[in-house]
Amino acid sequence: MPQLPPDELGTTGQPRIGTDEWVASVEGRRERRSGLTGQLLDRLEALPFWQPLLVVGVLAAIFPYLTDSDYVVRVGFNALVFALLALGLNIVVGYAGLLDLGYIAFFGFGAYTYAILASNKFDLHLPTVPAVLIVIAASALLGLLLGLPSRRLSGDYLAIVTLFFAQIFVTFTTNANRITLPWSDEPFDLTGGPNGISGVDPYSIFGVEAVEVTSYFHIALVLVVVGMLALHILSRARTGRAWKALREDPLAAEAMTIPVNRLKLMAFAFGAATAGLTGSLFAAQQIGVFPQNFELPLLITVYAMVILGGAGSIPGVVVGAVGITVALEVLRGPAEARLLFYGAILIGLALAIRPWLRLAAVLVATVALGYVVHFVVGSLWPRSVARPPAESEGLIGEFVDSWMLLPTEPGTIGNVAYVVLVASGLGLTLIRPAWRAFVLPPILYLAAFVFENRLIYQPSVTRLLVLGALLVVLMNARPQGLFGTPRVEIA
Amino acid sequence: MDGTFLLQQLVNGLTLGSVYALIALGYSLVYGILKLLNFAHGEVYMIGAFIGYFVLIGLGGPEDLAVPVAVALTLMFLAAMLGSGLLGVLIERFAYRRLRNAPRIAPLITALGVAFFLQSSALLLFGAQFRSYGTFQFMTGGIEVAGVRISTTRILVVVAAFSLMIALTLLVGRTTLGKAMRATAYDREAAAMMGIDVDRVIVATFLIGSILAGAAGVMFGLVFFSVYHLMGFTAGLKGFTAAVVGGIGSIPGAMLGGLLIGLAEAFSAAYISSTFQDLIVFSILIAVMLFRPTGLLGKADIRKV
Repeated sequence: MPQLPPDELGTTGQPRIGTDEWVASVEGRRERRSGLTGQLLDRLEALPFWQPLLVVGVLAAIFPYLTDSDYVVRVGFNALVFALLALGLNIVVGYAGLLDLGYIAFFGFGAYTYAILASNKFDLHLPTVPAVLIVIAASALLGLLLGLPSRRLSGDYLAIVTLFFAQIFVTFTTNANRITLPWSDEPFDLTGGPNGISGVDPYSIFGVEAVEVTSYFHIALVLVVVGMLALHILSRARTGRAWKALREDPLAAEAMTIPVNRLKLMAFAFGAATAGLTGSLFAAQQIGVFPQNFELPLLITVYAMVILGGAGSIPGVVVGAVGITVALEVLRGPAEARLLFYGAILIGLALAIRPWLRLAAVLVATVALGYVVHFVVGSLWPRSVARPPAESEGLIGEFVDSWMLLPTEPGTIGNVAYVVLVASGLGLTLIRPAWRAFVLPPILYLAAFVFENRLIYQPSVTRLLVLGALLVVLMNARPQGLFGTPRVEIA
Repeated sequence: MDGTFLLQQLVNGLTLGSVYALIALGYSLVYGILKLLNFAHGEVYMIGAFIGYFVLIGLGGPEDLAVPVAVALTLMFLAAMLGSGLLGVLIERFAYRRLRNAPRIAPLITALGVAFFLQSSALLLFGAQFRSYGTFQFMTGGIEVAGVRISTTRILVVVAAFSLMIALTLLVGRTTLGKAMRATAYDREAAAMMGIDVDRVIVATFLIGSILAGAAGVMFGLVFFSVYHLMGFTAGLKGFTAAVVGGIGSIPGAMLGGLLIGLAEAFSAAYISSTFQDLIVFSILIAVMLFRPTGLLGKADIRKV
């Protein structure tokens, strides 16, 4: 095919020559950004991948020395662990397009295998390097075994097999402390049951034992940076390109002589190995493993990270992982959760509503509506404003106290408000965009009501609720996430 | 292990199996038409069980019912089926419809999100505690067959489940809507060209599947007493396994698969260990996938290019 001059590749964004050429030129069109941020982003993307990675990596490495709180460093470590998990899942979901719902079980499998190999449990105390290598190999092998029955079948079967496996993994680890073996009368204790395994050896590399959380932070950071680089290289190599072809159209990929089954299994095993390695790191830092560490809520957390960042984008999933870990950590305290909640609503509104004048009108109307409702309802039923808010200190607390209805018994009315809120949120997607601004203020007030009366008191439920809703909304509104590549469909 | 014990387990397995079969039917119907694994289906079943529970409480609770038992049961089933059906339609309309032509993985992830959203909504609204139907307080009596007592609840549940299955078979086999459903499952585009309103058929499918799930939820509550926010997840897994074992997309297959899984679970709980009954069901799933990927009654999926 003759090389086409770039200006004929549809600068208007419309297919001019033919659909295939239009699809092929998607990279070129996407990079043409305008404005200051657009130009900056273009510059950033023009750099070789390792340069920004190095800068961010070095900055992150200094991070633990900027704070003297162990807690903050531990949150940082957790964020990196999630980033590693998200990178591994990115191979399976983002590149190969397989739905692996047993991913958390591999994480748990790695943690338990490391704990069994290097702890007081069986007095094995293997050195770190061989133990971790065994963990990686065993996890990959388990991934292969689990992928085998589904290899000829569509991804749906894989999803259900892996989900079932994740469920069974937790049951197994909780109950495998009294396995009856045919040759012995004593029940055999493999996993310590609900009490888990404690006294796991810390990582010890070249004779240096990692005890401090800062050391683990640095180990995790190195793994994340190496993982990102490896994934970057892999994604451009034959295997990576084959995975993407497989994701887009397995049938066409097979017709192009790509060994579909082998690549699927390989992606699966790569993901499992990454999860296993992360599990061993997690077990060593925590000095113990417990069945409840690997339950299903963790799965949806990792999925939300990958989808939010943009499946298939390496920096995207890492940003998604760090962002969600920090956000979930912030959600624990009522005052911070409130800031996060109203901040997220403000940012969401600012992105969704143009022009600015309309946004300002919506906000002013919401605040005004709140004061009116507070005054009217409060003077009719004094009990509806009698309760102090969850965190009444500070300016925001006082504002909430004078603006929001806070009934003394928020249970039932809060539940009704929650159901109405979900229903009206769904209804909002049905009405014309121009009219949405008029119904937004009452809905926003209702959302704030539900938050102040119900959600703020139950952070662990709220976290799952938000993650579940995030997945549904993202997949419907922006399936490529924050940093992913939008799909171009050829009819 | 004598015959009575065996018969007892048979009854247990049949009851549990009817519940699984009803769930499996919902999976199978939706999968047949949309090729979508609706993870949220188990949660719809859970919501159905809760609706039944709250109707029972609204009628005075299990200890002093304000209405005759038959009326109470009818109301519970009706409310749960209507509520679940509505929920299923809402899920289809707001979560799945836009993704109908998206890559396969997009609706699956959405379904996962819906499932977790519903599960944690239930946790927020109803709390984490187990709620008991307290069935034994208002449904006493039963019959005795060969030395085995079979309670009225169990008889009722099995009879109701089989009636629903027969009704569904007639609906799919004999009515215009059923014909439209079969046509849509066979080839959605061609069905649309023949003047079938595909959107309406899909909504109807979700409605029917969710109604069955709601009924299954109430049945579970009646037989096994307790309902809680996590009950939908495992039941959904078992229901899907039943659909796969029977042959996904096949209605008699889903029934057969449900009964088989129920029996396998009852017998493994009785003779091996109740802790590892999930493991047994999982092994059945793997074995079916290895040796008969189309399921017991399913047809091979031939892909045209």
